[in-house]
Amino acid sequence: MSDGIKKFMFVNTKAPYGTVYALESLEVVLISAAFDQDVSLVFCDDGVFQIMDKQNTEASGMKNFSNAYKALGDYDINKLYVEKESLEERGLTLDSLMDLTYEDEDDDWAEKPSINLVSRAELADLMDQQDVVISS
Amino acid sequence: MAMLHTVNKSPFERNSLNSCLSKSKEGSTILLIEDAVVGALKGTKVAEQMAAAIANKNVCVLGSDLNTRGFAETDILDGIKIVDYAGFVDMVAEHSNVQSWL
Repeated sequence: MSDGIKKFMFVNTKAPYGTVYALESLEVVLISAAFDQDVSLVFCDDGVFQIMDKQNTEASGMKNFSNAYKALGDYDINKLYVEKESLEERGLTLDSLMDLTYEDEDDDWAEKPSINLVSRAELADLMDQQDVVISS
Repeated sequence: MAMLHTVNKSPFERNSLNSCLSKSKEGSTILLIEDAVVGALKGTKVAEQMAAAIANKNVCVLGSDLNTRGFAETDILDGIKIVDYAGFVDMVAEHSNVQSWL
């Protein structure tokens, strides 16, 4: 930690649209990208709904902010962890989610998936390794 | 005319859908709106409970809230009807009373 870089983990547990938590968390994440920290995101419980593919707000007239998740890779935020059990309880699979990717500068800018499917137990270990955990 | 029940919270986070299902009479109408629309999905841990409700109650879901969250007609359980905003208004007018489960 002598280099001043801390491990920040943002844990998203709420469904989007019904409350403002998802949008607010995304804004904090995008701001944190400006501070060159080691940032990772978790989507668990109803948070997995935040990155559902094909969100269409035309009929409801709400602001569709789902495309902003696709920009995370450009801000060097490419460690997204999705909890396997949360998907299963909701009848979802990885295919239900948006295709979120980043370009790896250490590998000739190859496009790679940002989403990692992890178990509840693995997530507990990941959380244990953080300097700062912010839940919403 | 029977009661209209609306539910607006995710069944995976709150108990309001469960409360509604256990306190609504046969023949009443249940409309899932906002974050509750995910209760209408196939293959979830509440799907069995929903199937039991569909058998003797009129279960509906607000289509625009479903689409907002990335879901389509094909993702929801058989027997659940999709309504739009105009249909929601009609349902409120047609029922004797509305109970909102929050």
